Amino acid sequence: MTEHTVSAYDEELTEMAGKVAEMGGLAERAFADAVSALVSQDLELARSTISQDARLDDLHQEVEEKLIEMIVRRQPMGQDLREITAATRIANDLERVGDLAKNVAKRVIAIDSDLKSKKLEIGVEHMTELALSQLKRVLDAYTRKDAEEAKRVQEADAEIDAIYTSLFRELLTYMMEDPRVITQCVHLLFCAKNIERIGDHATNIAENVFYMVTGDRLPEDRVKMDETTSVS
Amino acid sequence: MNEMPKFEQATEMTESKISAKKVQVYYGDTHAIKDVDIEIQPRSVTAFIGPSGCGKSTFLRTLNRMNDTIDICRVQGSIKIDGEDIYDPKVDPVQLRAKVGMVFQKPNPFPKSIYDNVAYGPRIHGLARNKAQLDDIVSSSLQKAGLWDEVKDRLSEPGTGMSGGQQQRLCIARAIAVSPEVILMDEPCSALDPIATAKIEELIDELRANYTIVIVTHSMQQAARVSQRTAFFHLGVLVEEGSTDNIFTNPEDKRTQDYITGRFG
Repeated sequence: MTEHTVSAYDEELTEMAGKVAEMGGLAERAFADAVSALVSQDLELARSTISQDARLDDLHQEVEEKLIEMIVRRQPMGQDLREITAATRIANDLERVGDLAKNVAKRVIAIDSDLKSKKLEIGVEHMTELALSQLKRVLDAYTRKDAEEAKRVQEADAEIDAIYTSLFRELLTYMMEDPRVITQCVHLLFCAKNIERIGDHATNIAENVFYMVTGDRLPEDRVKMDETTSVS
Repeated sequence: MNEMPKFEQATEMTESKISAKKVQVYYGDTHAIKDVDIEIQPRSVTAFIGPSGCGKSTFLRTLNRMNDTIDICRVQGSIKIDGEDIYDPKVDPVQLRAKVGMVFQKPNPFPKSIYDNVAYGPRIHGLARNKAQLDDIVSSSLQKAGLWDEVKDRLSEPGTGMSGGQQQRLCIARAIAVSPEVILMDEPCSALDPIATAKIEELIDELRANYTIVIVTHSMQQAARVSQRTAFFHLGVLVEEGSTDNIFTNPEDKRTQDYITGRFG
């Protein structure tokens, strides 16, 4: 795109996108660390993941201030306005991803025992891989301003939902079989839910990237595969 | 286009207050306006934006034949208001300018009293049969222009003694006094401070209930604040016209995009 007449404006926009991307890196890492702490019961890693979240929060605040300042000073229009609104929303999503990762890490400490089932472990890992790859892809799409990739990310969320539904059923079965594992299973269930929600945040980001690039909304009528709300 | 149902064609034709087709303006050899087509909706505010020299003011001035006053200026194409060609030889430009009023960049009250500034138009157009009727027109015009409470006790004082913002509202009252249907505004706030600007913008928003307003402005924020439709001119061409929300969030043409985001102009 052509440069602004006021060159400082371009620098500000680039700086803002850079900071959002940095938030993305931190959120990705926190998420990966939290799940690997969960799978390997690594309490040390869980604790460091929890303490790292403060950095993401600080960065979020910095990004927010920068965005407000740009609105005040530049009165953005058109593409610039869309980039700034998208960045605001994406930064919010990434901050939430950080919180969810932190929550998983906290539960690792609360569970403090090995996972009872290999199958469960595989399920959680697979779901994490998918959500993580969604997050990576959507952050790349943001940096590259790639609307098509954003659309593909949105469509891929259904698979995460499907795995979540199957984990949900499995955990229910364990709890029914052996009430002594209920505490652990409930924690795991929340962890799985957190991962599923991280997938949803990746989808939100995808929708914002698509809007930022095209000015249009992604169609909302994608297939919903999270059926746990109707499990009885 | 041929398959468009008849009634839709009919509504489209009755919907526009002003309909311009293939308008060309020449200043001597200079082709200042090229092939402009635009439909302007009644009872709404349309903003013309664009860099200096893009032709937005020139085009605005074709809408009440203000360009007639410039010898070397020629206008071609068709401009219809309510379906009537305003360049038809039978049209009296003075009557036309009563129907299509104008407010300029710099407030230009007559060196007369506040009362006479507003009464001038109705008097020359013979709109009032007696003093009482004229008083009514003056007070209602000043009220519509949001100026009445500030000036009702000093109507005999000179209009030139008021603040810039008040003078501009006086000019709007003067335009309203001859019961126009369209009001053209050429950068009406560029000489005013932010509060006086806000008062004019508030007034524009009220006036659009009864008048068709076309405003030329250099301030994109102003265009975004006051208008429902925005037209972007560049190098004498109407690049893009659309709903103001769309023009400022997601314009179709790259030139519009570059202009509104401050990339040229």
